[in-house]
Amino acid sequence: MAEIRSLRDAVAALIHDGDTVAMEGFTHLIPFAAAHEVIRQGITDLTLVRMTPDVIYDQLIGAGLVRKLVFSWGGNPGVGSLHRFRDAVENGWPRPLEVEEHSHAGMANRYVAGASGLPFGVLRGYAGTGLPERTDTVGTVRCPFTGEELAAVAALNPDVTVIHAQRADAAGNVQLWGLLGVQKEAALAARRVLVTVEEVVESLEPRPGAVVLPAWTVTAVAEVPDGARPSYAAGYSERDNGRYRDWDAVSRDRAAFAAWLETHVREGAQ
Amino acid sequence: MSGWSSDELMTVNAARALADVRTCFVGIGLPSTAANLARRTVNPGLVLLYESGTIGSKPTRLPLSIGDGELADTADAVVPVPEMFNYWLQAGRIDVGFLGAAQLDRHANINTTVVDRGPGRPQGRLPGAGGAPEIAASCGEVLVVVRHSPRSFVERLDFVTSVGHGSGPGDRRRLGLRGRGPAAVITDLGILRPDPATAELVLAELHPGVSAEQARAATGWRLRTADIVGTTAAPTAAELRTLRALKAAGATETTGRTGATETTGTTETAGTTGTTGERV
Repeated sequence: MAEIRSLRDAVAALIHDGDTVAMEGFTHLIPFAAAHEVIRQGITDLTLVRMTPDVIYDQLIGAGLVRKLVFSWGGNPGVGSLHRFRDAVENGWPRPLEVEEHSHAGMANRYVAGASGLPFGVLRGYAGTGLPERTDTVGTVRCPFTGEELAAVAALNPDVTVIHAQRADAAGNVQLWGLLGVQKEAALAARRVLVTVEEVVESLEPRPGAVVLPAWTVTAVAEVPDGARPSYAAGYSERDNGRYRDWDAVSRDRAAFAAWLETHVREGAQ
Repeated sequence: MSGWSSDELMTVNAARALADVRTCFVGIGLPSTAANLARRTVNPGLVLLYESGTIGSKPTRLPLSIGDGELADTADAVVPVPEMFNYWLQAGRIDVGFLGAAQLDRHANINTTVVDRGPGRPQGRLPGAGGAPEIAASCGEVLVVVRHSPRSFVERLDFVTSVGHGSGPGDRRRLGLRGRGPAAVITDLGILRPDPATAELVLAELHPGVSAEQARAATGWRLRTADIVGTTAAPTAAELRTLRALKAAGATETTGRTGATETTGTTETAGTTGTTGERV
């Protein structure tokens, strides 16, 4: 049953050194506040999983907390490079970063398999690309009915999945809507689930198209208004595109990044 | 405002290529600009699908990212990402996939993963695959839009992220790729199309005022030309007016900073799709 906790307590209780952590949200509902709490607590040696590492993982990688990245597209959407990610991959700064890379379709199916209790997912994908040689969680499987060869991708079962949602009720039932990404699959694939929400309400009103995660599938809920900024929460906030653009200059330079981290995260009050 | 830029020639021609298309899977950046221009000019009924899960988006301004709320708010339907890739893309429901590229070879194979930067230097890291490998595999056909330069049009890819025509005719079938693959590569100099006999890209059309020599010089392999190389029609006043209005509206949103949507320093616009690459 989900416990309603402070962000600090929830992160300390659920996320540990060496864990495999998925912070999902496909350009929408990205759990930035939770990531910043991980940085403040210095939780390290993480394997981070996410389809689009985005600025959120650029920050965690630059902070030196990440050992390995599992992903499918590592850029700053609409802006350009993730410079901390590139610096880690190309120069090993501030520490070497192991990468396991897939396509979006592959990652999505890995979460689906994880949520479904299957050892692997199956798709038409990867054929002819260089990815299978680079990534050992891609293989092939033969259809027992048609004989056709298809791509197989290993299931993803993170130790912890962290997502941001619009609302939870007092019992810890979670409701999210708008672009749904892979949050439902990532949450159901994980051993522990931490959800930050814009607000905790007395009871959830049904909304067309919303995903509901029942309280018994969630480990902890923390109320963190604006917890997705500079990403956004449909119905509550708008994507702060200016901050995504500004990140390019901040992240390009190691010293500028370090100063940003100190001012905006380590000294930040939560 | 007379004349036009080479980027405008590229975008206008990319939009025209969508004239008879019903559904288009759109990457952010140049493809998104072209697809949104097409909806305002040659094909008002064009259905845009973005990999963030929006079907039938009708944005009033150019989105910066594929996750902009505008795409969801104006969509016919919003679906989860696994559904987008499995039910909609993989099942073959989408007519055209529109991709960018960091590197492209003579058979329109695409690299958006890593580039070699010479001895003693680490490989340059690009965003990676995103949705592109399966878009290239499963859409009915693929259009590629990319600026023409020897750094992008290379003899040999440093990595194969997405398959175009493989190493020649028959490769797509052998690999089990069900779409027809790249039908055109639209650049700021002209349009390349695969020769049906060899699946090799040949120069089919040039934009007004561009010479075949310019296109050859900007291509890292020995670029062959079609028997008759056509000239693309000059952009109309309406096309240019619409494109400029679209870009102006996209550039002034939020911070009021200008010009950041299409180019930022040395990077090509890179969407979450991974469908566009960036230069290193």
